[in-house]
Amino acid sequence: MTQARDLPQRNTPWLWRCAACWLLLALSCLVGMSFWSLDLQWAPLFSADAAHSMGRFLAEFFPPDLGWGFLAQVGRASLETLAMSALGTALAAAAGLLLALPAASLGQRFANGYRTPARLLLNALRAIPELVWASLLLIAAGLGPFAGTLALAIHTTGVLGRLFAMAMENCPDGPAFALRVQGVGSLRVCLYATLPQVLPQLISYTLYRWENNIRAAAVLGVVGAGGLGQLLSFHMGLFHMHKTATLLGAMLLLVALVDFCSDRIRRALS
Amino acid sequence: MSKAYAHPTPALRDPAWPGRAAATMLALLLLWPLGVATEFRPWSLLDARSLAVSARFLADFFPPKLSPDFLALVLRASWRTVAIATAGVSLALGAAIPMALCATRALSISRLAGRMAPLPAALRQGVRALLIVLRSVPELIWALVFVRVVGLGATAGVLAIALTYTGMLGKVYVEVLENQDAEPTQTLLRNGCGRLQAFAYALLPQAAAELGAYTVYRWECALRSSVVLGFVGAGGLGQLLDASMKMFDGAEVCTMLAVFVLLVGLADAASAALRRMLQ
Repeated sequence: MTQARDLPQRNTPWLWRCAACWLLLALSCLVGMSFWSLDLQWAPLFSADAAHSMGRFLAEFFPPDLGWGFLAQVGRASLETLAMSALGTALAAAAGLLLALPAASLGQRFANGYRTPARLLLNALRAIPELVWASLLLIAAGLGPFAGTLALAIHTTGVLGRLFAMAMENCPDGPAFALRVQGVGSLRVCLYATLPQVLPQLISYTLYRWENNIRAAAVLGVVGAGGLGQLLSFHMGLFHMHKTATLLGAMLLLVALVDFCSDRIRRALS
Repeated sequence: MSKAYAHPTPALRDPAWPGRAAATMLALLLLWPLGVATEFRPWSLLDARSLAVSARFLADFFPPKLSPDFLALVLRASWRTVAIATAGVSLALGAAIPMALCATRALSISRLAGRMAPLPAALRQGVRALLIVLRSVPELIWALVFVRVVGLGATAGVLAIALTYTGMLGKVYVEVLENQDAEPTQTLLRNGCGRLQAFAYALLPQAAAELGAYTVYRWECALRSSVVLGFVGAGGLGQLLDASMKMFDGAEVCTMLAVFVLLVGLADAASAALRRMLQ
């Protein structure tokens, strides 16, 4: 009997090792084919005269343009980026919550017809990156921060909706069950039993996505969706390197600021 | 009898409503200036002219363009997208592993005797700061810079992903290594093992599954960003998508979006399967 139990144990490591070998082989094939099939040009990076031109390119960034007029412009754009990320995240939290209710399998009432379509929708929203959404929405909403905000909101809805649904499914269902036995309807069960339990987690997810979105909002402008990115791609396109340096600095500062704030809020909440 | 046990009907009113209503009002009040700053005007979407343009663009989506040579083009571009992500992540891995080994406090020998010596502490802080800087510049910005240096094409995309992901992978590797049980590593170090030996025989066996899972997850993220990098000229599916969008060719955009969602779904499934194997 012990032998019978030992047998699979003795076999598993060998099998596992073999599987690992195949996996490693497949991965190195993938990596090798990737490098082989891309016509990578390292020459412009690693030759003496490339190093020279690279050095000149980097030197052009200094000193950053710190004129008051330009700084005011950068400040406005930073505020726009901040507003885009905050509003986009807030809209996404609301929409994500609405979609998470049918997507989570809470009780039997929602589970019937809505669960699969809601999940498919969330996955599709999530699969397409913000930047692609932004360039699609530019057609409908025109150039400017509105398209960027909507793009952030749409992509983040997909992400948050999935996370919210998972949080709701994982929360203990005792309180919800207690209410349901009393004959309370599903909407109110959700409002008074499930939601209060998962709220801290939902807020923490939302803050985490806000940190992500400030980074995304900063670059969305590259396709014309407003904020710092739009200024950046404009000045970089015209080779205004001093101004580009200022913008890059502002971007780093903004990201660090949001990280700091969100960390503080999260610590205050927990 | 039933009368005796019946409760008086409770007021059907939310006991917490004043607080909830106040919070909602406050949130709306705070959102208002944000809406002004982002020119948030949803009704402009319903403007007759913009509606006509979007309707024409969306109507073009069906049927999607499925001619064989276009499909071949899209497939080639998709492979380039995968290849850019894979090459970028493997370069990042090559840089992130030594940097993480440099920066992690778990492999410090001087710390065994109390406080870390000042020089190694400074080195660790320095590497850590470098990782944070690499990570906080978005890959799109790196790509914009590299497109200026090496010209349009895959090289800029690979370099951009390599740099950003070096920062991301390195920082998380450092944290994962420091979160492991320190006992085995310290025992080996105290008995005269080198740092690499201690890493290979004490730290790595504990952390391998977590490190592998995170790397695979990041590869999946890199796939998504390599599409985005195409928009600034780094090749692949993104560049093709950008070109079709600029020509308002709904049929081509539809095919490519579908291929892209499929690709992301496949990567998602592959990475989930790999992670399950690692755990």
